[in-house]
Amino acid sequence: MEESKQTTNEKEHLTSLLTVLKTNISAYFMFIALIVIMVFFTVTTDGVFISSRNISNLINQMGYIAVLAVGMTLIIVIRHIELSVGYLAGFLGAFSAIAMTFWGWPVYAVIPAVMILGVLAGMLTATPVAKLGVPAFVSTMAAGLIFRGALLLVTMGTGTIVIKNSVFNAIGNGFIPDLPIPGLLPERHKLTLILGLAAIVLSIFSAIKSRKTRQSYNFSVPNFGLFVAQMVLVSVLIGYVTWILSGYNGISWSLVILLVVVAVFQFITTKTPLGRHIYAVGGNPEAAELSGISVSKITYIVFGAMGMLSSLSGIMYASRLRSATTTAGLGFETDAIAAAFVGGVSAAGGVGTITGSIIGALVMMSLTSGMNLMGIDISIQYIVRGAVLVLAVIFDRITRRKM
Amino acid sequence: METPILEMKSITKEFPGVKALDDVTFSVRKGEIHCLVGENGAGKSTLMKVLSGVHPFGSYTGDINIEGELQKFGNIRDSEKAGIAIIYQELALIPELSVYENIFLGNEITNGLVIDSNESISQAVEILKKVGLDVNPMAKIKNLGVGKQQLVEIAKALKKDVKILILDEPTAALNENDSDNLLHLILELKKQGVTSILISHKLREVLEIADTITVLRDGKTVTTLDVESDKVSEPILIKNMVGRSIDNVFPKREKITVGDEVLRLEDWSAFSYAHGREILHNVNIKVHAGEIVGIAGLMGSGRTELAKSVFGNPDHYRLSGKVFIRGVEQKFRDPGDAIKSSMAYVTEDRKGNGLILIDDVKHNISLANLKEIAKAGVINENEEILVANQYRADLNIKTPSIQQKVRNLSGGNQQKVSLGKWLFVKPGIMILDEPTRGIDVGAKYEIYTIMNSLVEKGMSIIMISSELPEVLGMSDRIYVMSAGKIKGEMPIEEASQEEIMKLAVDY
Ligand SMILES: Nc1ncnc2c1ncn2[C@@H]1O[C@H](COP(=O)(O)OP(=O)(O)OP(=O)(O)O)[C@@H](O)[C@H]1O
Ligand SMILES: [Mg+2]
Repeated sequence: MEESKQTTNEKEHLTSLLTVLKTNISAYFMFIALIVIMVFFTVTTDGVFISSRNISNLINQMGYIAVLAVGMTLIIVIRHIELSVGYLAGFLGAFSAIAMTFWGWPVYAVIPAVMILGVLAGMLTATPVAKLGVPAFVSTMAAGLIFRGALLLVTMGTGTIVIKNSVFNAIGNGFIPDLPIPGLLPERHKLTLILGLAAIVLSIFSAIKSRKTRQSYNFSVPNFGLFVAQMVLVSVLIGYVTWILSGYNGISWSLVILLVVVAVFQFITTKTPLGRHIYAVGGNPEAAELSGISVSKITYIVFGAMGMLSSLSGIMYASRLRSATTTAGLGFETDAIAAAFVGGVSAAGGVGTITGSIIGALVMMSLTSGMNLMGIDISIQYIVRGAVLVLAVIFDRITRRKM
Repeated sequence: METPILEMKSITKEFPGVKALDDVTFSVRKGEIHCLVGENGAGKSTLMKVLSGVHPFGSYTGDINIEGELQKFGNIRDSEKAGIAIIYQELALIPELSVYENIFLGNEITNGLVIDSNESISQAVEILKKVGLDVNPMAKIKNLGVGKQQLVEIAKALKKDVKILILDEPTAALNENDSDNLLHLILELKKQGVTSILISHKLREVLEIADTITVLRDGKTVTTLDVESDKVSEPILIKNMVGRSIDNVFPKREKITVGDEVLRLEDWSAFSYAHGREILHNVNIKVHAGEIVGIAGLMGSGRTELAKSVFGNPDHYRLSGKVFIRGVEQKFRDPGDAIKSSMAYVTEDRKGNGLILIDDVKHNISLANLKEIAKAGVINENEEILVANQYRADLNIKTPSIQQKVRNLSGGNQQKVSLGKWLFVKPGIMILDEPTRGIDVGAKYEIYTIMNSLVEKGMSIIMISSELPEVLGMSDRIYVMSAGKIKGEMPIEEASQEEIMKLAVDY
């Protein structure tokens, strides 16, 4: 009796594991594709691609698109689109530059102020969508035109505004400080390694804890071998990335921001009622409304979050260039949307993960970086990136339909 | 013996974690009406999807023979060519298009490049005559009642040479009149030589029109019965379907004294901007603790609109009148407010606005009451699994796991998930809109039993139902609606089918 219960339990666990694997197959596939792309460029560039310096650069270049991709994921999950984020980022970048350079605002006031502005702008753009059902396509396109105009307006007298504030400029160019431990690993960034180690320990602890909790509920857990293999894989991954980064300047502030954004949004989407509500609205707005979820409230929240992330993106970009330019933000929305789709979101709504979109952003950015290193002409680069985007989406469609 | 028109031999079809069909044999004689019955999730729809090429050749094992010839359908078009037409459990018409456009959708009649509307319309008229439907072929689908829409579906199927017509629960959403019409039509088509396969949970109608009945259980053929020679009766069918006999379809509940008034509507009216007219007129009703109030009426009499208008008004009607919950007037801004006042509404249209089909069973069950399983704003997924498994067991939801996408469940099991979701809200007042639509006899009995135990604990249930036996069997008190008005109220002791029907058709 006990035994047979055990086996049905195991069988059930296996089928549910299978279901989970199947649903995530495109996510795993994209991850594998990312590794293949990275190995490919590493080989074709004689290892330059995977060098500490290049990876560090790649991450800093990716930062301002990746934060947008995080927000765009949620926008697309709730069946909308946001075309104004590039211009909003550009405008808010210029706004920060003006506030610091001409108005003399301290940097620590500028950043939160700009983030609040971003939230307000996002919510304003969302108002016709949430209140009247105006298609987001139209509302955000209009908002994009307005922000673009605003950017040109504020930079009209000055043209490019050079930013001199070193704290602000560190966001896109600086790295976390190192620990002064003389003699120990002089070639390496020690704090980065320590943080990497801490991350590994933390991830192992949390994995063990969640396994223990499941067991305390008498739920079946994956067998021990599988569990260990999983932890080893994660540890090796974190270890390898931090090792590479430690060979240059260590963890950059851009990466810190990106990790915080990803952690916060990953937490919200997977662990909180708000996250569930967002996916429910995307999956079936009418059912969500009847379940007591206010669809318009969720719309405001998601567009507000997107606005906040646009402001971060604008700050990161202006900081990276150490200046606000009239063309800042041009085309960011396309890159963010592409990253989200490569990462597996579905325009039909309700499907798409934060981690998926980050992998999508990494794929797109690796392509750019790798092809640049190989000296491939920009014309071909566009074609390749377009092809990868459409192939990824086609693959996603096919694997989803099979289920 | 003559060759059967259809023979399905040793059909086995597996989905991840489920053997939906296990060595099923199914044989249909030419010209007969063959009914397919069985519990929710028994595999009826799947068997028909195998037959119609939705699940293509190669995705199942076994043979399909039509008039003795082996068939290998790669898709629906292949099966259509072989003379098979299928009408699915859910209607598949385009509401914004006209009747004739829907009939010829995908097979438009053209002269060269452009659609020949005149020819289409005149052909549509002919086909509509065949199904006995008297509507303007240029009328938009959305302006027809469900019964007429169902007939348009059949007309659409009949435009080609049909040998075998498959109907998957065609009467589930129809009222008695429309159902009778449809059954008549099937008998009429039989005279014209069309063989029909009908899936239904309404055993009475099955016995009325079937020549032969095949019973499926857990993906296996239990038996095939000849209605006449085997002297099939409802109890025999039930026994074959669920494996035990159910003596009383409506379980008795302890008569408890009705408690305080929990819900009262005063002069409740609603104007729908979408329809451009008033859809509810001066509705006055009362509901007490511990009673089941039935709301009877025809399709389109305003019952669902009434429920939604009270339940936070998600369709944004312009309302007038008052709602009192436990004596206190309430002005709900949205369904969330209604839920906070301990109301629940199980929708009639589970796919449209009841469930998140792309999400799994456990997330659907917890959706309306996440705060119950969240601590400090974080969802405890382990608690969620416990809750979902609890309702899965209580309601006997057939699914390989609670991680299964709701889309992949059978119709009746989806309904149970929907019910579980609202039970988890632990409401005081529960509105059930067609709670047993598409549900098998065994599960109906279970749901009725649950309803009884809930009201015995003091909950109030408002049950909207088009099934008169159900209304009469379960309610303590009955309101009858017609054209947006309450036409009458009667305690169960004074209610009868005739009385209800008389009020329901009184416009
Ligand atoms: N696409 C699918 N993927 C996975 N499982 C499926 C799929 N379609 C059906 N099933 C499973 O196959 C079994 C049979 O389902 P089917 O829809 O044939 O039942 P049914 O007899 O028509 O039930 P009902 O009376 O509720 O409509 C069920 O357990 C169901 O969950
Ligand atoms: Mg079915």
